[in-house]
Amino acid sequence: MKPLSKLLLVMAAIAAGAAIAAYPEKTINYIIAFGPGGESDISARLQEPYFKKYAGQTVAIQYKPGAGGATAWSQINSAPGDGYTIIGTNLPHIVLQPLQKDVGYKTDELANVYWFHFTPDAVVVPAGSPHKSLKDLVAAAKKAPGATTFSGSGTNSANHLAQQRFDKLAGIKTTYVPFKGTGASNTALLGKQVSGSWSYTTVAVQLGDQVRCLAVAMEKRHPILPDCPTFKEQGYELVSGAYRGLAVPQSTPAAVKQQLSDLIGKINKDPEFIKKMEDKGFAMIDAPVEKMGAFMAARKKEYETIAREMGIVKTKK
Amino acid sequence: MASRDPSTWGNGHVPGIEFLIKALTPLNILLAVGGVIAGTVIGALPGLTATMAVAVLVPLTFGMEPASALIALGAIYTGAIYGGAYSAVLLNTPGTPSAIATTFDGYPMARRGDGDLAITLACLASVTGGLVGAAFLLLLAPPLAKFALQFGPVEYFWLAVFGLTLIAALSEGSVLRGLIGGCIGLLLSAIGTAEVGGDIRYTGELKSLLGGIDVVSALIGLYCVPVLMDLVATPDPHLKLTHEVAGFRFREALRIAWRSKSNLARSSVIGTLVGILPGAGGSIASLVAYAEARRVSKNPSSFGKGEPNGILATESSNNATVGGGFIPTLVLGIPGTPPDAVILGALLVQGIRTGPSLFSEQSQIVYTFIYGLFLATILMLPIGLVIGRYAFKSIVSIPKAALVPSVAFLTILGSYAVHNNAHETQQMVVLGLIAWVLGRFGFTASPIVLGLILGTIAESGFVQGYLIGNAKGSALMEFLTRPLSAGIIAFILLTLLYPLVKGRIGAPKLPSNE
Repeated sequence: MKPLSKLLLVMAAIAAGAAIAAYPEKTINYIIAFGPGGESDISARLQEPYFKKYAGQTVAIQYKPGAGGATAWSQINSAPGDGYTIIGTNLPHIVLQPLQKDVGYKTDELANVYWFHFTPDAVVVPAGSPHKSLKDLVAAAKKAPGATTFSGSGTNSANHLAQQRFDKLAGIKTTYVPFKGTGASNTALLGKQVSGSWSYTTVAVQLGDQVRCLAVAMEKRHPILPDCPTFKEQGYELVSGAYRGLAVPQSTPAAVKQQLSDLIGKINKDPEFIKKMEDKGFAMIDAPVEKMGAFMAARKKEYETIAREMGIVKTKK
Repeated sequence: MASRDPSTWGNGHVPGIEFLIKALTPLNILLAVGGVIAGTVIGALPGLTATMAVAVLVPLTFGMEPASALIALGAIYTGAIYGGAYSAVLLNTPGTPSAIATTFDGYPMARRGDGDLAITLACLASVTGGLVGAAFLLLLAPPLAKFALQFGPVEYFWLAVFGLTLIAALSEGSVLRGLIGGCIGLLLSAIGTAEVGGDIRYTGELKSLLGGIDVVSALIGLYCVPVLMDLVATPDPHLKLTHEVAGFRFREALRIAWRSKSNLARSSVIGTLVGILPGAGGSIASLVAYAEARRVSKNPSSFGKGEPNGILATESSNNATVGGGFIPTLVLGIPGTPPDAVILGALLVQGIRTGPSLFSEQSQIVYTFIYGLFLATILMLPIGLVIGRYAFKSIVSIPKAALVPSVAFLTILGSYAVHNNAHETQQMVVLGLIAWVLGRFGFTASPIVLGLILGTIAESGFVQGYLIGNAKGSALMEFLTRPLSAGIIAFILLTLLYPLVKGRIGAPKLPSNE
């Protein structure tokens, strides 16, 4: 019996080694924790052809929406950890959701492999708005506290966080009106139901001339929105947005994680891919698996601080 | 490349007519035919919605020219909305949420042996509605998009309240049971994470309820499961065949449709207008059209018992939402209906930027697409008739021992496909059992589903309107004094008081059963 089990072990090791060496050798299942048509879907669709280009394999995009992404994230660790099931993850969602309630996963249980882009926060107003600049808007909000209204996508979303942080930075009080998703928030914005919108660079690009972008939460201006100044230029330390990355089941071997991270990194350097992403208003970042620990620690600290200030932390510390 | 000279369109004659030729390439015609067939079949299966049909087939369009991709997606979408009528008529289960109201008269018609006539009527109505919606898209898109933007949270709140008043009008037999059903639906809509505010309600620590009750799984459970259980419990065949299935009963259907041309026109316009409003959609459009058809009818008591006008109203209005929904999608970059959101994503991946400039800068793509939508809608007539007849024949001729398991299988498949998750299947089964029990006591599924759909819209509209109103100074003024709100409130009062007023002046000839 003993020699046989040894043989089996050796064979398994060889098989595993071969699997790792050839990864990926079949179609990768790419789960999106939201419905089709959103930004998580669009960025995954843009990556799709480059999996073929750099790895010679296709990806199959699958939607598992529900509870703001929590349904899919709470189930990912029960999938096989062979590198053929990957899932899109989003910040601040995966930090905020477990802080608010028991959603079936904890932030640290998600094995993030790469953060590949973010949609920077942006303040936009309708094109005909009397607020020509961020200065106008802040002045108006100071004059009548609470009377300035902003639409945004959802309660406790990246938009909501940005609004809260900016109110603090600028010493103003504004009213945040949550809507279901970016589409509904944009409808209220274009219909002038609200003074403006806490939104993303992607929305500013998509809505084009119908809106005026007053500020973006980036280090430098976005290449597609050269006329929209950063918050930093205007004296506010605000660089933030919704980050998107990829995670695998926890059981995935480190070697496979590394290979996947390298692959996403390669795609992220493709000039054609970068152009397609930036044309739509996305901003590229690179947080590969090697730097994951530090990146996540920094984000967690940042979000937890604001979440406590906003009083949305419901679970025990 | 077509000329971008603005003088060739927009001055008197039909805009972009030269692109009609472009739309008629053999490849595009083939895509339209394939799209309509695929859409009709997917839409006909309970639980597989138009949104899913479009989402599943989106990846196939990435390799195509933008205009061809759009034609294929538009054809799938319009086909799926029509296909939803089949299971509504033959199984009393709306194939898509848009077909809820089609069950009201479609299934009674099928029960008395007129299922084939009902399906042919649905086909004629869908084509008419689709063409009207597409015509509005072609001719009046920019001004209508502006109109849609006038609807703020407050208007959506009142619109949802208006929808809830229809429960009283639509409940057969007992208004009280209808109202109780509506309340059950409203309570169900409160389950899960609140859309605005993020509070968690009534989940009973069950993670499967965090996302709330899904409308599609509720549709399958509430409508289809009781039908299946009754099929098993009774020895009668599912649908009686009273005559030889020979033709399409096309002439007969055409005669009925012609007699009801004002109903068709009114319902198509209602469908287009509701379709333009992001956040409303085909289910609300068809309910409003149905209630209006019934209100103006000389014979309102025949509605709900197999009245052809009921099918004409719902099926023309829900297909008109296709063209209507594309108006905000293309003009503003805001999806008008859930399938439009998927199509908008596909457009972005294709590198097309929607918005007001789309009609001037990329007019070639837009007009080729609009004519493609006309093409797909017209093709739906022959394709729909043929598939419809086949569907009818197979449902009536399949023995019950085979029909029940296959439909039961589809309910599992469809509810799982909602989110690729077993949570929705569990919800479907539980709701199905509840519906069967409630059915014993004379409750019907429709008020419950209406409460579920409208509850969410009313709640977010109310909270958002309240926040905005308070910021402006007075929430009460915000709700009551906006001109559009006042208009909708007037409509609500009209619907509620109309039966009373009608009773006072000019006594009705026919005794009402309510």
